[in-house]
Amino acid sequence: MSPEPRPLPVIRLECEGGAPRAVLSGDWTLRLLQPDLDAFGRQLEQATADGAWDLEAVSRLDSFGALLLWRRWGRQRPPGLVLPDRLEPVFARLAELGDSGLPVERGYRFLDGTEGVGRIFFKMLRNAVGFVALIGQLVIDFAHLLHTRGHWPVLETSANFYKVGVRAMPVTALVGFLIGVVLSYLSALQLRAFGADVFIVNILGLGIIRELGPVLVAVLVAGRSGSAMTAQIGVMRVTEEIDALAAMGISPYVRLVLPKVVALTLAMAPLTLWGSAVALFGGMVSANLQLDLSFDYFVNALPRAVPVANLVIGLGKGAVFGLLIALVACYFGLRVKPNTESLSANTTASVVTSITVVILVDAVFAIATRSIGLPR
Amino acid sequence: MSDCPIQVRGLETRFGQTWVHRGIDLVVPAGEVVALVGGSGSGKTTLLRQMVGLLRPNAGAVSLFGEPLFAGSRAEQLERRRRFGMLFQHGALFSALSVFANVAFPLREIGIADDAMLRDLVQLKLAMVELDADVALRMPAELSGGMVKRVALARALALEPELLLLDEPTAGLDPDLSSGFVRLIRALHRALGLTVVLVTHDLDTLAALATRVAVLAEGRILAFGPLDEIMNVQDPFIERFFHGERARAALARGRGMG
Repeated sequence: MSPEPRPLPVIRLECEGGAPRAVLSGDWTLRLLQPDLDAFGRQLEQATADGAWDLEAVSRLDSFGALLLWRRWGRQRPPGLVLPDRLEPVFARLAELGDSGLPVERGYRFLDGTEGVGRIFFKMLRNAVGFVALIGQLVIDFAHLLHTRGHWPVLETSANFYKVGVRAMPVTALVGFLIGVVLSYLSALQLRAFGADVFIVNILGLGIIRELGPVLVAVLVAGRSGSAMTAQIGVMRVTEEIDALAAMGISPYVRLVLPKVVALTLAMAPLTLWGSAVALFGGMVSANLQLDLSFDYFVNALPRAVPVANLVIGLGKGAVFGLLIALVACYFGLRVKPNTESLSANTTASVVTSITVVILVDAVFAIATRSIGLPR
Repeated sequence: MSDCPIQVRGLETRFGQTWVHRGIDLVVPAGEVVALVGGSGSGKTTLLRQMVGLLRPNAGAVSLFGEPLFAGSRAEQLERRRRFGMLFQHGALFSALSVFANVAFPLREIGIADDAMLRDLVQLKLAMVELDADVALRMPAELSGGMVKRVALARALALEPELLLLDEPTAGLDPDLSSGFVRLIRALHRALGLTVVLVTHDLDTLAALATRVAVLAEGRILAFGPLDEIMNVQDPFIERFFHGERARAALARGRGMG
């Protein structure tokens, strides 16, 4: 039971005693014109715009077909137009449009580049101010919470701890282990050339516990949990859930931001410990295979090579990184405007900014702790 | 009736343990405005989504323009899809694109690349839904609720559909805006000879627009016909739905809009 096919659009050019005439028939609709649009365009070009046009035999005409003809006619009715009454409204609508056209989007101008640099500068300034304001608001709301003994978001904090800490353990372990193996393998190649095999413990121990472990875990967490936090808060902004909270008199900072910040700060120290431990284990395995260094020796030499202050520095750095990542993620999440473009832009900004901040702060730590915990 | 825009036969739907539709038969004749009404949770929107193939029913079949919805090659299915336009309840405009890009999107997709032609087409569609040309550069987030619906309607009309499906076209609009929108849809229906299927529980809209009403309750079509006939059907649901005090007032208002 296949439906009858519609009559195809046809244009026939005639010459009646020297006067050109175009006779149209069939369905002049988008559906039938579109597959062969170029060919119809060329055929229309051949007809004379101000000659006679006969539309009597056209069975259907939609606004696309009408517009095609209208443009060919130079936005006016040709003098010799034969138009049945039923097609009249379509052209009446086109005539009403006028020729003002749609407003045009401004193109790129030379000075726009300079302007863009200025914009970026002020945007960064605004972000810095906004970030400080977020921290201030958080402190005020927290103080209020202490003062009034309101509802503590313990459950949310615990749920966040599980999400950003426990659930991140497998990926941290995998990446940490592989980095440990690679680092140990590359160092071993160099050390063996000098016969300094045993120093692998010092290199891996100091490097991973003090520097690599915290930064590596922070970068992973920024990509994994920071982006998730931004997206979550961003979507809540889009669906007005944050406004709903505020309307109930509940501070979104206490209920949403605080649990995330506390949970990530608390979770990052143990996660750093876990990541560093697995990375060291990877290094130990690789050293055992590459340099025949026994596990026993490695474990015994580690405390002698790496003073315990390094562990404190490493874990402390982890906690600070966690705090910063969560704050940055929440800040960008709260800035999301209700459209998809803004959501993606802010999630990107969140991850890029938190990784940059982590590395900047790591440099500050390196300078501030340069005389602590290093063997002389 | 081989070229009926929509034919639904023996359609059954189940969500988990709940039966939503238990055998729905409905034929929408060409050129009519059919309103689907029913209590909340009666599966009106679900039925609408099944008509356009966004959801598959558990049993039964939907035919569009005389052919089964999922029949034929990919190209044929695509071709069938382009013959109807759908207006979603919240507009569903692409929020990352401007109004111009939203309306031009389906046209670009079918291969109309000529920029001047696109601009003319978009201007025409915006004029059809009674919007000024200068909204074209705005983003959806900068539009009011009524404007979002109009732009969404312009986008639904972009491919010159023969069938228009409207999901709650007047929900969330104030009475003035919604009567304006109803007038607009009716004018388009007359001008373009469209077949319209709409889901609504706004009796004003129903009385002003629908040439036929399908009442959906207990998983079946309880009654299908012109509003006056439906009003005379003896059924507790129809009794409650159409004969309450508020309902009478709304129906009278809706008729007055004509």
